[in-house]
Amino acid sequence: MPDKPKIGFYWCASCGGCEESVVDLAEDIIMVADAVDIVFWPVAMDFKRSDVEAMDDGSILATMVNGAIRTSEQEEMARLIRRKSKIVIAYGSCAHMGGIPSLANEFPRQQIMDFMYEGSPSVVNPDKTRPMLSVKHNSMNVTLPEIRNLVRTLDQVIDVDYYIPGCPPTPKLLKDAVLVLLSGKLPPKGTVLSPDEALCEQCKHKDTKPVDVSFKQFYRPHMVIIDNTKCLLSQGVICMGPATRAGCEALCIQGNMPCSGCFGPTSRVKDQGAKMLSSLCSNISAKDEEGIDAVLDGIPDPVGTFYRYGLASSLLRKKIPEDV
Amino acid sequence: MSDNNNKLNGSPQTNGAAVSNGTPKIGFYVCHCGHNIASQVDVEDVQKFASELPGVAVSRDYKYMCSDPGQELIQKDIKELGLNRIVVASCSPLLHEHTFRTAAEKAGLNPYYFHMVNIRENVSWVHDNKESATKKAKDLTRAAIQRVFFHKALEKKTVPINPDVLIVGGGIAGITAALTIANAGKHVYLVEREPTIGGHMAMFDKTFPTLDCAACILTPKMSAVKSHPHITMWTYSEVEKVDGFVGNYRVQVKRKPRYVNEELCVGCMECIDACIYKEAKYPDEFNQKLSKRKPIYIPFPQATPQVVLFDPETCIDFKSHRCKKTCIEVCDREAIDLKQVPEYKEINVGTVILTTGFKTYDAELSPQYGYGRYPNVYTSLEIERLVNASGPTAGEIINKDGIKPKSVGIIHCVGSRDQKAHKWCSKVCCMYSLKLAHLIKEHTGAQVYNFYIDMRTPGKGYEEFYDKLMTEGVHFVRGRVSEVTDWALVPEEENKLTIRVEDTLIGVVRRVPVDMVVLAVGLEPRVDADDIRRMFNISCSNEGWFLERHPKLAPVSTFTDGIFIAGGCQGPKDIPDSVAQAGAAAAEVLSLISAGSIELEPNTASIMEDHCSGCKSCIPLCPYSAISYIEDSKKAYINEALCKGCGTCVAACPSGSITQNMFDDEQIFSEIDGLLKFAGIELEETEGEHA
Repeated sequence: MPDKPKIGFYWCASCGGCEESVVDLAEDIIMVADAVDIVFWPVAMDFKRSDVEAMDDGSILATMVNGAIRTSEQEEMARLIRRKSKIVIAYGSCAHMGGIPSLANEFPRQQIMDFMYEGSPSVVNPDKTRPMLSVKHNSMNVTLPEIRNLVRTLDQVIDVDYYIPGCPPTPKLLKDAVLVLLSGKLPPKGTVLSPDEALCEQCKHKDTKPVDVSFKQFYRPHMVIIDNTKCLLSQGVICMGPATRAGCEALCIQGNMPCSGCFGPTSRVKDQGAKMLSSLCSNISAKDEEGIDAVLDGIPDPVGTFYRYGLASSLLRKKIPEDV
Repeated sequence: MSDNNNKLNGSPQTNGAAVSNGTPKIGFYVCHCGHNIASQVDVEDVQKFASELPGVAVSRDYKYMCSDPGQELIQKDIKELGLNRIVVASCSPLLHEHTFRTAAEKAGLNPYYFHMVNIRENVSWVHDNKESATKKAKDLTRAAIQRVFFHKALEKKTVPINPDVLIVGGGIAGITAALTIANAGKHVYLVEREPTIGGHMAMFDKTFPTLDCAACILTPKMSAVKSHPHITMWTYSEVEKVDGFVGNYRVQVKRKPRYVNEELCVGCMECIDACIYKEAKYPDEFNQKLSKRKPIYIPFPQATPQVVLFDPETCIDFKSHRCKKTCIEVCDREAIDLKQVPEYKEINVGTVILTTGFKTYDAELSPQYGYGRYPNVYTSLEIERLVNASGPTAGEIINKDGIKPKSVGIIHCVGSRDQKAHKWCSKVCCMYSLKLAHLIKEHTGAQVYNFYIDMRTPGKGYEEFYDKLMTEGVHFVRGRVSEVTDWALVPEEENKLTIRVEDTLIGVVRRVPVDMVVLAVGLEPRVDADDIRRMFNISCSNEGWFLERHPKLAPVSTFTDGIFIAGGCQGPKDIPDSVAQAGAAAAEVLSLISAGSIELEPNTASIMEDHCSGCKSCIPLCPYSAISYIEDSKKAYINEALCKGCGTCVAACPSGSITQNMFDDEQIFSEIDGLLKFAGIELEETEGEHA
């Protein structure tokens, strides 16, 4: 019996939800486990870096890496995985576009450190202890990875072959991806493994969206009782659906919450947030500056709204002055 | 060239995108434009620079690219060298894009493989440092050369021209254009805001310099309009809405209620006599409020159409509903209908001529002349009515106290050539002041003084008219009047208006006491000119006059195809010029109609049907209503004939599912990339910064 294809999973700056989504395959995981050898999966099995280093280069068929790249250690692991894997798949929003962790790119690293280790109300740190890159402990030299200045997407660090979007990806997408890998019929490099159209296409409220939404006021979900039979945009709730890739089958909307954009843009869009802003703002009913400002006041956190999952991959803060 | 430069001039990143029409073989041509470009840009250097750029097969410079030999140069290269892309660095695309596209097309190349770089308006004319101007010309050149890599062959669409014409404004310009077009057998809708056509000219008594009776030459034309089988004349009406594009405009016209049925009324005016107001008591607008009218009235005896109308602001029945309605009783044609409501007409036309005219300057805004303060200070338009046989005094020139003036001062340039009012010369005031001087002298025998800054009489027979006036004993004082006052310093000034002026020819300050002052008010754009230009999507100058496409080469065209302008709305002009422009606009319209169809630029947007999610974000944004939502497919659809290529929907489509010809992402990004290479910036993703 020939060797089964080898598959790996790895995590970087992530919450663990992507790992959960693998387990969410439920009984399908047996199918996956039958079809492949999982040779590397730190969250579930004990692997050391040296185990990976010992593998032959290119010996893993595919590794799914979730999480953004924040530290020097994640960088090194990403490069190691790249060497050992034929195919690297950025798995989930963080690896794909930076995800929630990349919202940190709004602030300089120093400011984040100051807050986390001193400024935050819940921190008691009278000695002003800070993480050090290396420290002598019992005559041992202990080192910590370095926190980089910016959070990056996986493809800003290594070459990435495919992307599975979502925060987290749905089990269906993962299963489809594994089936594609096993079939050997690989799509063109760089493909995002989800339908290349906007979410509205899959949304049950599509028909209820009026032709002229004409926003008079924006509401955040907690401010209104959302009518679960109507397009959220028509109710003044910002739904990222029109600017977000389909594939999740509008799960959030089925749960009566607006789409927050975790699947990222379609292949034809370079900057999801800018596109949504452009579309939304063109449809504001007020025509004078004062009126427009009043409507826009309903969006207190534009970056968090339009770039919630994609700040690292967006056009914003492409150049950041070195602050340390 | 250094290594660095080689890197900067690298081939555009095609990213595997298909390049049409085979491997790009680009011909680059840079124009000297005589000295226009060559004096400020090192043309040979640009030529040499381009010759080393990737994809460039031939690079040449030439004195005048737009000349026949210049164009032949391109055509010869296309045929002999097999060029499949052409870039010309010369003047503005507005001027010669069409020229070069046609040249390329004649040589068998699809014209949309051509791209133009503007190194005249954007470079040589606006920079004074030859070195940096040359560098900028090179950067723009590199951008264009990178852009044409991604150009595609496009086909022009042809749309038919609806032969019906809309003319807005029934003054002499509108009337002339309407008759010219209607006489050619085409249907004209003439829309006039006032209750009668005729415009300003209908208010005049005589016209300069021939002293023709204005009414005698105008009213036959007004009647001709009314009775012309090919003219639909809608007075007391305004255009409310305009949609569409050249050849196919949809227009909504609001017909304001006259409260009189236009079809039934024959203009006998018995209703006016029967009105319960025995005396007229409301200011008559047509007579510049120098006389009174009743709530039911007709603007002037030759008004066209000869139909009375009600003023609901003053009619008792509209205010209290308690009038005896004697007017209705007396009308045996039962034409009066006090319940009339506005009527909205929808029409389809192919072309539009705007002849919306001008307004005169509000003399009260120049308080030094005393208008509104001294009853015997008049505007020129008021004098036109006073001197008119059908005016408020039946042609007698008398002051408001009924006394015939023995001396009259005409002050030129009121509101014109004045830093505090309008800077422009209103062009007609000198001549109409001379005309009024002549008429006043003829009617009253008074001493007439003209106070002028410069006497401007260019025009056929105009200077001769001025000469004639000087022999008639009219006085001319050169100098800007500083003040009109009733404060008498000497007994001769008692009970008179004294004009204080520096006579610059004799170098003294003079005080000239007169019985009547005439202010030669200038011409300015109508108050709502800006609303009109927005409705018809045309531009206007800083002053508010409608803007022609080119002051010399396209004086009656606008930047919107199929919309033409003529007469006072385009700038101050006299009757001969207005009529000439109206004729020119009519010719433009007839030429379009005669061609039967027009080619549309293919720079239109289209929906990528496979990718459109049907989110409808684009639909309300289209200024041309070109996008609709198809219920069956649940996707958006763009009508190419309606699309003007503005790009709004392309930018707004949140899933990037709309593309626009000639503005593909790859074309734009490649162009930007070429432009930014001077700064060493590459558009490709750069690695994030490391700490």
